[in-house]
Parts: sequence; structure tokens; C-alpha cells
Amino acid sequence: MTDNANTKTGAVLTKEAPPAADNDNSRGLGGRFADIVPRARRVAGNWPAPARPVIFGLNVVLGPLVALSDAFHDWWVRQGRAARWAVYGLLILFALVLPSDMIGNVMSPHTEWQTLLFFPIGGYILLAIGLNVVVGQAGLLDLGYVAFFAVGAYAMAIFGKYHGWNFWEILIVGVVISALSGIVLGAPTLRLRGDYLAIVTLGFGEIIRIAAQNWDYVNGPNGISGIPHPPNLSDWEIPEGQPWEFLGLAGMKPFTYGALDGRPYYYLMLAAIIASIIFCKRLENSRVGRSWAAIREDEDAAELMGVPTFRFKLGAFAIGAAIGGAAGVVYASQATSIIPNNFPFILSATILAAVVLGGSGNLPGVMVGAFLVAWLPEYFRGLAEYRILIFGLALVVMMALRPEGILPSRRRQAELAEGTGGMGALGAEVAGPGTQAATEGAK
Amino acid sequence: MFGNFIDQFWPSTIDGLSLGAIYALVALGYTMVYGVLRLINFAHSEIFMIGTFAGLITLNAIGLSGSVGGVALIGVVLLLAVVGALASGASAVALEFVAYRPLRRRGASRLAALISAIGASLFLQQLFARVLIPWWFDLPEEKGALPIQHHFVERTPVVSVGDLTIPNDKLMVFVGAILMMIALDQFVNRTRLGRGIRAAAQDPETAVLMGVNIDRVVSTTFLIGGAMAGVAAALYLLRFEDSHYFVGFLLGIKAFTAAVLGGIGNLRGALLGGLTLGLIEMYGSVIFGTEWQHVVAFSVLVLVLMFRPTGILGESLQQARA
Repeated sequence: MTDNANTKTGAVLTKEAPPAADNDNSRGLGGRFADIVPRARRVAGNWPAPARPVIFGLNVVLGPLVALSDAFHDWWVRQGRAARWAVYGLLILFALVLPSDMIGNVMSPHTEWQTLLFFPIGGYILLAIGLNVVVGQAGLLDLGYVAFFAVGAYAMAIFGKYHGWNFWEILIVGVVISALSGIVLGAPTLRLRGDYLAIVTLGFGEIIRIAAQNWDYVNGPNGISGIPHPPNLSDWEIPEGQPWEFLGLAGMKPFTYGALDGRPYYYLMLAAIIASIIFCKRLENSRVGRSWAAIREDEDAAELMGVPTFRFKLGAFAIGAAIGGAAGVVYASQATSIIPNNFPFILSATILAAVVLGGSGNLPGVMVGAFLVAWLPEYFRGLAEYRILIFGLALVVMMALRPEGILPSRRRQAELAEGTGGMGALGAEVAGPGTQAATEGAK
Repeated sequence: MFGNFIDQFWPSTIDGLSLGAIYALVALGYTMVYGVLRLINFAHSEIFMIGTFAGLITLNAIGLSGSVGGVALIGVVLLLAVVGALASGASAVALEFVAYRPLRRRGASRLAALISAIGASLFLQQLFARVLIPWWFDLPEEKGALPIQHHFVERTPVVSVGDLTIPNDKLMVFVGAILMMIALDQFVNRTRLGRGIRAAAQDPETAVLMGVNIDRVVSTTFLIGGAMAGVAAALYLLRFEDSHYFVGFLLGIKAFTAAVLGGIGNLRGALLGGLTLGLIEMYGSVIFGTEWQHVVAFSVLVLVLMFRPTGILGESLQQARA
């Protein structure tokens, strides 16, 4: 390992990488735009000849978006507290007016936008935030994340319908039960290497679904219906005749949970999303988040440096599970009926795709990824039968174009540049000090 | 519960071994690709599915109606195996070329490759369900997701010892799978290309420095893994006589489980894992009822991994020696 690589590792581990270590930071917007064509040519060169023009074209089209997002990031890291809060405020404001019909007509010509916003869009975003803790931050591959979503949803169904508890009580209980199920799954399996973990989690996801199917207490394959809605918080309705009349939100009761209006549930989901973002962001910048980064980059080194890796991995699993469970409770309270087949493996795969597509480890990226994965198939509902086919194709193409995701985490990008956790340049994981191949050999 | 198990012991052993043999053949594809690339080839289940449809089309094409037995059946199955191996092998190579090679060249993360694999898997499933199956079998488009059946096997008991009878199809599945495994084991351990695969699995950088053509090794790995899945598809048709676009999903998960159970990256482990899993499933479904078959399989996987964290045999492709 050269000195150069060591200094890079140092930069990766510090909270904010100094600009000098990151070449991209020293270029302005102009430089980024100038690089689009050569970059597209380089990427297309990796493809078989017939596909090259298409890949080149797609890269040229996507290039400006990437350049803009990079430029925004450069601007962002230079800003003080006031500017950042202004941006947060604008984003929340935007999220609040999102259910407006005006936006809905553009975004969703085929389905009711307000329902769509709650699930899949809001639901996927919350699930992706939870899975990002496990996959993006701690670097554990979980292929059965939907299990925790199912646990939360069934907690809502069982306690709400059979025991008559109220939504807010169940939200707490459901989150705790999901977190516990994460610990129960994690305790025996987290000592395993990465890919073994993948198959065990996949198996767990299937076990939960099949168990629900075979368990008479929850009506087997017919599932539970008549799950109660959350109790109303207030009858307040948005007054009419205000300057924001044009949004078409007047007359809505955002805290009254009925069967017809999807918007109050969307706000409920939004609150859960914002709470999760704050929670995850605080964790990311704490001792816990740094431990996760260390585990992700080199578990053995982390262990040697005194990070209790098993405990932190278990923690990541439990927190991811808790967020998934919260999503499940909120989802079930709106859907009022759930069946085991609402929680198939493909949902786990889709959420994982959202995380990786958006940029594993980077919250804004993960949310963009989840939004795209939820929204695109609905938008192209006109293509009805073919939308999943196109979704599959899009995943392959997107990964080839931008394997690090749409908005990658800086830290993750630096790791990939070093070859940690990558497939390496030769087609196999390069056996270096940090790779699992070497770990295996040493044992 | 257990009385039932004792009654059903021998029949379920035979069922388990023939099912396990199919798992083992499909598991080879996962385990070889994993050994060389450290990649879970998620679309391998669709490679298997392609093999089953290649077989069904062949059955239609040779105009086989009614069932055949005896030597004629062996001939038909051999034909299906050859066609299946060609179709699946070719698709596996094409899959590598389109979905993995560009990522490999860029040194992308394994996670990105996994997502690409999931995307390819979805794409192939939908391509069959929406476009190809309706076209080939002349069905209205919305029926593409239904199972396609073709009954061609005349089942006759070939061996009977006391109460125990072994029907011809199960015997052929088991023997066919074992023969393929032996052939593959010899190929990897004795030929020049096989040595290249082992070298690439052990240390890709050094292998390239020593003149191993890594792209050719990877293509060969996918070709062989695909061909094995194609043979498995022929045996699956012999045993179950139907297929649908989703047939690969659960079977693929089980095969991957089998590969992990035996020790992923290990060819003999795939055989052991496949047979073990097949037996466990069949015994489990006799004891707990068929609806718990899959739960039993996954629970055993978790239990085994708790005590043997790298699978039963544990060693990997790189350490396999002749």
C-alpha cells in the first residue's frame, strides 16, 4: 500500500474530506460541463460495439444533471447554517404542497396522485431510508427487508383489530416489535460473512411471508381486513379564500383520517419520513455512524481499533428494522386490509434497487432513488403490461451508466476509487488487505 | 406426525434426492460465478427458466404427442438436455456480456452488479410472460403468465425392493444430474481452461499476470453454469412436465441456498448442499405438512450457518484440487 493510498484513506475517514483530496471539488461548473462528452465516450467504451452509440447518447443526456448536482453539492458544503436551514424549509414547504392537484395532473396522469404519494412513493422513501442504514451505512446486504415492513403491518392489524388498541400506541409497539425481530434475526446471522447474510435475510423474508400465509390466527392467505384508521387529531380544515387557493388544497382536513382522502395519510408518512431523516442524519454524524463507516470499509481493522463490530451491526439491523416497521404500521392503518402477498421478495429487491440506484449511503440520493422507483412505473402505467419489463431494463442500464448511483455519497465514492468492496478492475474482487477474500484466507 | 414420517421415509427420500439433484445442478451455476466473480448471479434463475422453455418448444417442434417410456424417453430427455444446455448457456454468456461486463470494466461495486442482476432477472421474466410465451404458444397476451404443460413422460417403476419402488423419471433425474456433476468436476480439475477458472478464482490479478485471459475465463464460467442450468431444466421437465415464467424464482432461491449450505464457491459442496436441501425439504414436508416445506429449508440453512459459518464443506473453488 503506497503512501498516497494511506492519505486517501485518512481523508475518507475524516468527517468532511478536505477539498484537496477530492479532485472533483476543484473544478467549477464549466469544467464539469466540458468533461461530459469525454466522460460519456469513456463509459461507452466499456460496452459491446453495437450498444456504444446508445450508451454514449444516454450519458450525454444525463451528464448535465450529474454536473448540476455535483455543482450543487460544492455550493452546499460552503454554506453556513442559515442557508442550509433556508433550503430545509423550502424542501418541507414543497413537500407540504405536493398533494396539490396541479402537481398531480403533471406527475400522475393515470392514477390518483394523492394516494400514490402515500404509497408507493412515501412508503418506498421511508423504507429506503431504513434500508439505507443497513446497506448504505453499515454495509450489510439485506435481501429480506420487506419482512420488517410486514412485521409492522401485522402488528397494526393484530393489535388494532383484535385488541382494539389505538394507532399511536401501536406505532410505538410496532416499532419496538420490529426492532426486536431485527435483533432476533441479526443475533445468529450477523457473525456471517456478507453474502451468507444476504441469503439468510432473503430466507427470513420468505419465512415471514409463508408463516403469515399458514397461520390461521391472521387468516392465512386471506389476510386481515377492517384494520382501524388512526383516530382524528383535529377537525381543523384548511381555510378557503386564502392566497394559496390556486393549490387546490383548501377544504382539506389534514388531521382527519377517513377512508376517502389519501392526503392526511401522506402527511402522516411525511412526518415519519422527516423524523427518520433527522434520526439517521444525527446517527450518521455520531460515534455510531463513524463506527458503521469503519465496519463497512474494513471490518477487521475496525474490530482491531476497538469498535465492537457485532454490537454496532446489530444496532444497524435493529434501527433499520424499526424504520421498516414504522412504515408498515402507517401503511396498514391506511390500507385497512393486508394479505401476506403484499410483502413479496420483489418488494425487498425494489427497495434495495432504490437505495443503490439513488446512491447507497447518501440520504438525498436514496430518497431520489426511492421516488424514481416508486413513481416511474406508475407514470408509465399507460404502457401497462410492459412497465416492469422497462423497469428491469432501466435498472441494468442505470447501473452500467452510473454504478455508484445518481447522487452517490462522497465517502462511498472515495471507497470505490480505492477498490474497497468493488469488483475490482479485473473482474473479481481484488485481494487487498481490506477485502473478504483475504479475510477468508487468514482464517 | 413422526409415524407418518416413518411410513413415508423411503418415498420421501427418493423424492428428496431427485429434487435435490436438480437443485444441485442449478446451484453449480451460482457457485461457479460466485467463485470467480464474488457475485450473486441473481438472473441465473431466469437462465434456468429459458432452458425449460427451450425444452417445451422442442417437444412441440418434434411433434411429440402422448407419452413415451423406456429407451425412447431417454432419447427425448437427451435431446431436451442438449437443446436446454445450448439455449441456457448462450443466454448466460449474453447476460454476462450485457449486464455484468460493463460494470466489471468500470470496477463497480458488487452491490451495483447485484442490482443489475435483479434488473436483468425482472426483464427476462417479463419478456417471457408478456412477449415470448404468448408468441411461441399462440396464446392471448394476458395468458402468458399461466403454466405451460406438456405431458410426455410415461412413468413406470424400474426398481422395486419390497415396498419401495423407484420410478423411471426420478431415477433418470438423479443419475443424469450425478453424471453432469462428475463431468464438470473433471473439467474444472483436469483441463487447461478449468485450471484457468481455478486460477482466476484464487487470485485474479496474478492469474492475469500469468497470461490467463480473464474475459474468456468469465465467459466460460457463465457458459458452463448456464449449460448446467439447461440440463437441470430438461430434468425438471422430465419430473414436473410444466413451466411458467416465474418457475426460476423459488427454484433459484433454493439452489442458491443449496450452494451456501454446501459452501459457496465449492463444486462438490453444491452437490452435497443440493441433495441435503432436497432431503430436508421432503422430510420436513412429511413431518410438518407441505405448507411448511420452504420454511423448514430456510430454517435449516440458518441453523447450519450458525455452526458452520462457511457451509458444510466450506472450502472454495480456488482450493479444489484434482
